[in-house]
Amino acid sequence: MIEEDLILTANLEQADDFYADLLAAHENLSKDESDALNARLVLVLANHIGKRAILKQALAAAALKTGEDSA
Amino acid sequence: MNKIFEVPLYPYARHADQDAPAPVRRKVVVIGAGPIGLAAAIDLAQQGTEVVILDDNDKVSFGSRAICFAKRPLEILDRLGCGQPMVDKGVQWNVGKVFFDDRQVYEFNLLPEEGHKRPAFINLQQYYFEEYLVNRVRELQEQGAPIEIRGRNKVSAIGTHPHHVTLEVDTPEGPYNLEAEWLIACDGAGSPTRQMLGLDFVGRVFEDNFLIADVIMEADFPTERWFWFDPPFNKGQSALLHKQPDGVWRIDLQLGWDIDKEREKRPENVIPRLQAMLGEDVKFELEWVSIYTFQCRRMEQFRHGRVLFAGDAAHQVSPFGARGANSGLQDTDNLCWKLQLVMDGKAPESLLDSYDIERIHGADENILNSSRSTDFITPKSEMSRVLRDAVLDLSEQYEFARPLVNSGRLSVPCTYDGSPLNSADALDGPERTRPGSSCPDAPLGDGFLLDKLGDKFVLLTIDADAPDVIEEEGIEVTRLALSIKDDKTLALQERYLGKLESGVYLIRPDQHVAARRPSYDDNQFRHAIRRAIGKE
Repeated sequence: MIEEDLILTANLEQADDFYADLLAAHENLSKDESDALNARLVLVLANHIGKRAILKQALAAAALKTGEDSA
Repeated sequence: MNKIFEVPLYPYARHADQDAPAPVRRKVVVIGAGPIGLAAAIDLAQQGTEVVILDDNDKVSFGSRAICFAKRPLEILDRLGCGQPMVDKGVQWNVGKVFFDDRQVYEFNLLPEEGHKRPAFINLQQYYFEEYLVNRVRELQEQGAPIEIRGRNKVSAIGTHPHHVTLEVDTPEGPYNLEAEWLIACDGAGSPTRQMLGLDFVGRVFEDNFLIADVIMEADFPTERWFWFDPPFNKGQSALLHKQPDGVWRIDLQLGWDIDKEREKRPENVIPRLQAMLGEDVKFELEWVSIYTFQCRRMEQFRHGRVLFAGDAAHQVSPFGARGANSGLQDTDNLCWKLQLVMDGKAPESLLDSYDIERIHGADENILNSSRSTDFITPKSEMSRVLRDAVLDLSEQYEFARPLVNSGRLSVPCTYDGSPLNSADALDGPERTRPGSSCPDAPLGDGFLLDKLGDKFVLLTIDADAPDVIEEEGIEVTRLALSIKDDKTLALQERYLGKLESGVYLIRPDQHVAARRPSYDDNQFRHAIRRAIGKE
């Protein structure tokens, strides 16, 4: 089922622009403010994705676990 | 001021058992006249079983204690003949407000599902709850039911035997011996019964203290639930304000684990905290203050031969979600019909092992939910606090974050998925009424479905044929024949049929679904009945 799979190939539109936006969002923030922003961003994106199976794969991918099974 | 909890409700009176030359053997003895012990005794007495409740006290609970009673327990109380006074007295609310730090982040309306006789929940002080249960005991006694409460009867020793239990009971006039065929221990989180039998109580997932205060206010606060995360008047902790009957407000302030309880309880320390919470101008009177300590844990088994544990004696959870007394009532709801069948010789003793399986499933669900609430309310690491605060900050602006805010997931009935009493689901119907589920209510003209189910095995047919009575292994199952035409609101159809035209449900005496099929099949339903009483 394709929609149940996390996309791990390049999928960003204008990747460099997105990365610059991400850095800009953190500019002039303290470490605590940046941590809070990252946390809010994770929650906003997670809600957009919605599907638990994909989010589990994303958590495993972010943990740099190898292999398909997020267990 | 309300002094209901200072008047003896079941004062000590000498009983003939104390003068008997040899210990008298009673059918069932219940230890503890709290909400759970009283409910168990009423349930059995309604079936005509002799039951004696022993309590070391003679009064209702001191202070409000358990205050939130959910729909399923109210439905159980209807079956026990005392739901109405609770609902009449209780406070109903639908609006809740969530505060974070010094501001309100959002407000919600529960908008409970229509088509149920009982509300999602009511707030009612435990002392009223117990008083109404005792009133029901008195009513049953007047009708000749063999039920009695013995106040100031403290069990000091218990002996277990294959076919009975022996008890040593202390009274103001000295000790006596008593025997019971079955013993139900509902003696609370500190259960002396559990300790006397040297039984485990494992878990300790979480520990915390709460300052609990009943306050009488002159201010006209709305009937809403207010919950604070990390408020200025209780930094790093939570606070809850809930309305109870008689203009009494319940305030719960989380204190953390490592505190000086005696110091925290002193009025000179309590009053400034409450004043900061309620506002400097608000005049209030403290009715009751207590420190409540909890741990999340349960016994490994609730059944130990002829001794059965229920309520807090068997399992303890955090107060978030009101899963204490509410789950205890579901324990006795599950236990009493099984015990009755075993005592009547209609079911094997092993049926009682399904009490263990089903209610441990319930206890684990409650511990999981209340632990998650606790993790949200009291973050255990720096990053879990960052994430928690992110949820709360987002919830102020975006609706999507609000379901993540966890100030307690309110007690809902446990579905006994995988129970050995269930038959395989043979109906492609709604999830919520699969085998193991507690039956959702539905309006039927001028009445409600659950009142018609009662407390015996029922064969519910919706637009399907079946015999009016089936008898199997001494169990009489009566048909309740309904049509979707009986309910103009379509709740019956939506909850029991979904897209199907007909359905037949075998429903247990505790109003949980044992089996369901699109039509009546004699052989299959006889199997299902045997299975539901532990004979298959």
